[in-house]
Amino acid sequence: MSVGLLFDSTKCIGCGGCTAACKEQNNLPLPIEPVTTAYTWTIVEKRDGAFVRRLCMHCLEPTCVSVCPVGALQKSASGGVVYDAGKCIGCRYCIMACPFGVPKYQWDRAIPVVGKCVLCPDRVKAGLATACATVCPTGATLFGDRDALAREARARIDAEPAKYVDHVYGLEEAGGTSVLMLSGVPFERLGMKTDVPRQPLPLLTWQILSKVPDFVILAGAFLFGLHWITHRRDEVRQAEEDER
Amino acid sequence: MSQALALRARNFRISFWQGIFVVLLLLFLGVTFVRFTRGLGAVTNLSDGFPWGLWIGFDVLCGVGLAAGAFTIMATVHLLNIKRFEPIVRPTLLTGFLGYVFVIIALMFDLGQPWRIWHALVFWNPHSVMFEVAWCVMLYTTVLMLEFLPIVFERLRLERPRRMLRFVSTPLVVAGVLLSTLHQSSLGSLYLIVPSKLHPLWYTPLLPFLFFISAVGAGIGMTFVESYLSQRAFGRHLEMTLLEPLARFMVVILTVYGLWRLRITQANGALAGLLHPGYEQWMFMLEIGLGVILPVALLLSRRIRNSPRGLVGAGFLAVFGFVMYRLNVSVTGMEATSGVHYTPSWMELVVSLGLLAIGMAIFAVAVRVLPIFPEPEGGPGAAGFGGDDAEAGLIEGEAAAPGR
Repeated sequence: MSVGLLFDSTKCIGCGGCTAACKEQNNLPLPIEPVTTAYTWTIVEKRDGAFVRRLCMHCLEPTCVSVCPVGALQKSASGGVVYDAGKCIGCRYCIMACPFGVPKYQWDRAIPVVGKCVLCPDRVKAGLATACATVCPTGATLFGDRDALAREARARIDAEPAKYVDHVYGLEEAGGTSVLMLSGVPFERLGMKTDVPRQPLPLLTWQILSKVPDFVILAGAFLFGLHWITHRRDEVRQAEEDER
Repeated sequence: MSQALALRARNFRISFWQGIFVVLLLLFLGVTFVRFTRGLGAVTNLSDGFPWGLWIGFDVLCGVGLAAGAFTIMATVHLLNIKRFEPIVRPTLLTGFLGYVFVIIALMFDLGQPWRIWHALVFWNPHSVMFEVAWCVMLYTTVLMLEFLPIVFERLRLERPRRMLRFVSTPLVVAGVLLSTLHQSSLGSLYLIVPSKLHPLWYTPLLPFLFFISAVGAGIGMTFVESYLSQRAFGRHLEMTLLEPLARFMVVILTVYGLWRLRITQANGALAGLLHPGYEQWMFMLEIGLGVILPVALLLSRRIRNSPRGLVGAGFLAVFGFVMYRLNVSVTGMEATSGVHYTPSWMELVVSLGLLAIGMAIFAVAVRVLPIFPEPEGGPGAAGFGGDDAEAGLIEGEAAAPGR
């Protein structure tokens, strides 16, 4: 089973319980910052009269996982994109590449690591919901099987089409994400990125990278051949001169 | 001007630049200390919105690119077997090697935890362009060192190791061409993953190919610049009979590259925007106009192609265009979607300039103590002594050309 979250903006009252629970669960230092940082992995923002959560979308085919040169970021079997701080070399390619702008860096530390929501892997392993979903008083953040949540999201829109924008954010964005969102106002007005490609982004680089072995073999053979041909002329000329 | 006066002027000029160098070096050391004790945030203007700045955009992307002369010339001389370019091999090798050392040191500043750089050897992720970049940096630096070592052995009169390296010289050249082709292009591939972040003036699935071809052009331009500077400083230079055909080659490369860039811009629907230029459009026009169109236009003139000043001017413009391209992709084109405005801090500049100055100083020392440039005819010091006549040597070379 691959788990995920469904955040329904129309149910959120902006209490900030999720932020506080996240800080406690992940031993993150206070204060709670107004934007997500390496020390504040999720916040609730008020935009256009509605509340929206900022957190990692946990892509099904994560860009950050594909770009990390040392594999410090991985998509866990249960669904969360997890981070191994012990492997990270600090190239910050994940921060640069993430289409949702999620990973953040500890710019103020001499030995810095990346910070982002990891979907409470220990809790999930123990069969529990994430800390944020557990404390949410209105059920705005719902934890469960990702596909079941996708069906639930669709059902909510169909049941009350006037209340919701007809779009489940995360169903297709960047090839689909484990975190899904519903909203009563257009997603761009919530500050969500709406120009994210529908295809998984790692494909863009893999098209090129997968050709590297072919290139090395073919170009290598060609270059050696080139050397052989061009220097053969020298050998022939040398031999002819010797004969004379 | 009397000889003594000229000499005094020369000494003053050197001590002035040496003074600048010392100040820069002290600042560099200070910033280095703060960087490693207080973290990246204390010295850079980088942020979560703009995680890659000058050190990646200039030091890494351009440092690697400047080494492009090495593999272009190595392939020409050793694989195409066009031996008359042999005299250019050594200066470009030296530039390439120093360029890569420059990149590695810059990475030590930029990586959050540089002492873990060996992780890339142990924890593999072949899906990451950065993984490919890391391997290219390590392997090609090794190759460049092995290609450069024979010059050191020659100076030290160590015949045996020199012969041992000659034995593997062909595989080394092939490996070098393969690795640097991969490396130049992979730096462009780094930006393939950000289609929604990089401005349409620069984003294209063809980025790796454009990074490669622009590096070849800049590598040749750099050869002109170096030859000119070494002439001014040490009276060592390359002859016009060699540089002029290279200039033609550069015209072809830059023309193909420039047309390709314009075609891609048009296909992206970004060409019309140039009629109502904003920040990005001005930077694009500056890059293409000064860095591609102008050097091509200059070098199409036979007179300019055959004048040392013309060549160095066009070469400088090509290098400028190349640096602009890297900075436009890594900084200009990423700003609008990042939501923050990034300008490097003075401390970032100190590190970049400090490294550049150290690199140039090492180049200057290496040119003096190692057999890098061919000895000027008529013994060392025959050409180019006496300040303003610096060009005389180059012109002499030019005059001597028809005689060959």
